[in-house]
Amino acid sequence: MIDMRRTFRFGLLAGGAMAFLGGIGMIESFNERTLIDPILRMGDLFLYGTLFVIAYIAARGEINILEEPDYRAAETTATGAAVGFVATMVTVVYALLITAVDVVEFFPNMDEAMVESLTFEQGAPIGLALLGLASVIVGAVGGWLVSTADGLKQSISKVVGWVLGFALLEVVVTDIVESRDVSRLIYSPNGGLRLWSVAVIAVLVVYLSRRYSGRLTSFAAEVSNADSKSRLRRGVIAFLVFAAIVLPMLLGGILNELMINVSLFVLMGLGLNIVVGLAGLLDLGYVAFFAVGAYGTAVLTSPLSPTFSPQLNWWVALPIVFVLAAIAGLLVGTPVIRMRGDYLAIVTLGFGEIVRILLLSDWLTPLFGGSQGIRRIPGVDVPFLGEVGGTRPEFFVYLTLIFVLIAGYISYRAQNSRIGRAWAAMREDEDVAEAIGISTVSAKLLAFVTGAIIASFAGALFSAKVGAVFTNSFDVLVSIIILVVVIVGGMGSISGVIVGAFVLIGVLGGPKSPGLLAEFAEFKLLFYGAILVFMMLKRPEGLLPSVRRSRELHQDEMSQDAWLEKGGDFTADDAEGATT
Amino acid sequence: MPLLEITGLKKAFGGVQALGGVDFHINENEIVSVIGPNGAGKTSFFNVISGLFAPDEGSIVFDGDSLANHAPNEITRRGIARTFQNVRLFPNLTVLENVMVGQHCRTHAGMWSTILQTAGQRAEEQLIEDKAKDVLSFFGSRLAGYRYDQPAFVLSYANRRRLEIARAMATEPKLLLLDEPTAGMNPRETAELTELIGDLRDKKGFTVVVISHEMKVVEQISDKVVVLDHGVKIAEGDYDDVSTNEDVIEAYLGRPAERDE
Repeated sequence: MIDMRRTFRFGLLAGGAMAFLGGIGMIESFNERTLIDPILRMGDLFLYGTLFVIAYIAARGEINILEEPDYRAAETTATGAAVGFVATMVTVVYALLITAVDVVEFFPNMDEAMVESLTFEQGAPIGLALLGLASVIVGAVGGWLVSTADGLKQSISKVVGWVLGFALLEVVVTDIVESRDVSRLIYSPNGGLRLWSVAVIAVLVVYLSRRYSGRLTSFAAEVSNADSKSRLRRGVIAFLVFAAIVLPMLLGGILNELMINVSLFVLMGLGLNIVVGLAGLLDLGYVAFFAVGAYGTAVLTSPLSPTFSPQLNWWVALPIVFVLAAIAGLLVGTPVIRMRGDYLAIVTLGFGEIVRILLLSDWLTPLFGGSQGIRRIPGVDVPFLGEVGGTRPEFFVYLTLIFVLIAGYISYRAQNSRIGRAWAAMREDEDVAEAIGISTVSAKLLAFVTGAIIASFAGALFSAKVGAVFTNSFDVLVSIIILVVVIVGGMGSISGVIVGAFVLIGVLGGPKSPGLLAEFAEFKLLFYGAILVFMMLKRPEGLLPSVRRSRELHQDEMSQDAWLEKGGDFTADDAEGATT
Repeated sequence: MPLLEITGLKKAFGGVQALGGVDFHINENEIVSVIGPNGAGKTSFFNVISGLFAPDEGSIVFDGDSLANHAPNEITRRGIARTFQNVRLFPNLTVLENVMVGQHCRTHAGMWSTILQTAGQRAEEQLIEDKAKDVLSFFGSRLAGYRYDQPAFVLSYANRRRLEIARAMATEPKLLLLDEPTAGMNPRETAELTELIGDLRDKKGFTVVVISHEMKVVEQISDKVVVLDHGVKIAEGDYDDVSTNEDVIEAYLGRPAERDE
């Protein structure tokens, strides 16, 4: 039997989510983008996608109760459909309420247009019926999918994934193929995939995955099992390096631009990771060091720097910028040496804002241009290529990648050394670290300075790429987002920071730059918040956590496991030791 | 000349006089026990020596130098290492890392040599690891082998205490301060550790101050026993003297009731 109360709860949840997505105007704004020409728009994808996921989860819970496989399909489909039905009821009531009562004054998005967007532009009676029908069908499909065989489930999810991938990345794909005629084959002139290209993608995906996925997984297993010095492993690494060198040439301007943005955040993430992840100093004003790097480069290289304008070459300016950043690190670090935890976070938050406000102040305007900023910052002089700036992203991307490699290497070396151990000890217990001979003052300052210098890498690259710096590129949101990148990726983990930056900055977009899904712009922070909450609940150690960090968060379970492995008796081990 | 000489040490927390003018000295290669009822100021005594709290008054002279107003890490660098009453390891670091971290103040590799991976830095890393394993071997097989890579929090209580001693030993001190090293151990573990404390002096050459509540341990290891009560030293001498001292018995058990004639 279906658990009615549970299903009803999930239905309410789905309905609430759908109403919320409508209420914030997301469906309306996303519906301007067509994904598959006549049948699917992006807003509808999110609306019914949410319902689909919730129906799937509801039905999956139902399976645990069922034992006879024959009933599965019917029961899960029914559960899904029921979830869809309840969700519709909620949405219908909501839509009717909005049409009846005028709340636009308080909730600017809750107007007739929003109701239209929920009802396929059909308005009250017919549209609502359509909404109900679609919801029940989507819910039923979600429920039915639970009961299908694993192979079929995989094929379906692959097809859906690829089709949506192509549909969502229309702009990028068009940019890469660089030929209007070719992209017209795949995409309709109204935007969105053509129906028949959906069919082609589906067939190709199913065929290729049937044919090659087995080989691919066995190859992957072989590679991961291979000895680190074996030819196979080296071949794979060589291939990856080669790909990294060649890829930017093949990718279009949009992707390279995106790669640069991601790399800048990877850089800042790596720097902050040293401060927060390794040394455990929660710094909420990290953007200040980014600003020091960017403004330092701007003043030293731009001919339009208001007062002091040495017009140095970028490479000559770079070491001076490092020194400036190191001094900034000391300036911020020294006064907060005795502070811990929350107090440190608040004070650094203040420092970050102080830097931005100082840059804007009348006092420093003669030097930094105030709200006018500094323009005409030249690009980077590269031998054989000439000046490389933001207008040539396909070359600039290499420059950022080189600095990412350097920062990654510094983090890696530091982490597995005497210094890294001292940081780890300090993060665990500051008093004890001090008592066993670690000078926490110098360890903290070292962390601040190293972090500051890595942020100044990003700052120097940023100003050379954009060609102008303004104070609003350095507000507190940037600090927060870098921290979110580090947390979502995995604190204390280099690969985690990289993955975090790709997922957040690459897909959703940074604070000032669009990601792969440019439509998210308005709702970016909502998604950041949602991802952060989800991660904290389900995987607090981050996507690719460091070993220490996941130990920290799973101490209880691990001690339990260790206890069980020993047959539940710790003293047995001790007795053994005593007799030998 | 004594290795550590303390005169008139005073420390108050608000109105509570934790240490009310304690004199203390220990010679090289001695084991001295500090005992006293709960709240007598034993741990405060250690905290002041190791620099966690600055003394209000009094002098601490270690190895010929005054330790006044030095940061804890500086004091450790000069050769005083300690353990904590309530075991304070770095729980998420591995057993080996916990000990390796102890050598921080004896090693020098800085950021540059770490990034550039100089020959000196690599040799030093290797040395740190070898020394850590050597220190752990002091406890036989208990903290060796597969234990190296286990996080410290999975260790049993007794092993945590051992690891904490190992971490203190890794700082290469002259003087070891052990705060209730046998607390929470069963009789067999206690006996074993008592023997090890003797070895710390006989085989490793450390001078040791031990805080303990277990009279059997105190009796076996101490060259000298110092009794604190309410922050004041009430007795000092060898175990037999102290254990029969009336003030000491009174401090532990209270005054016998006056009998009416």
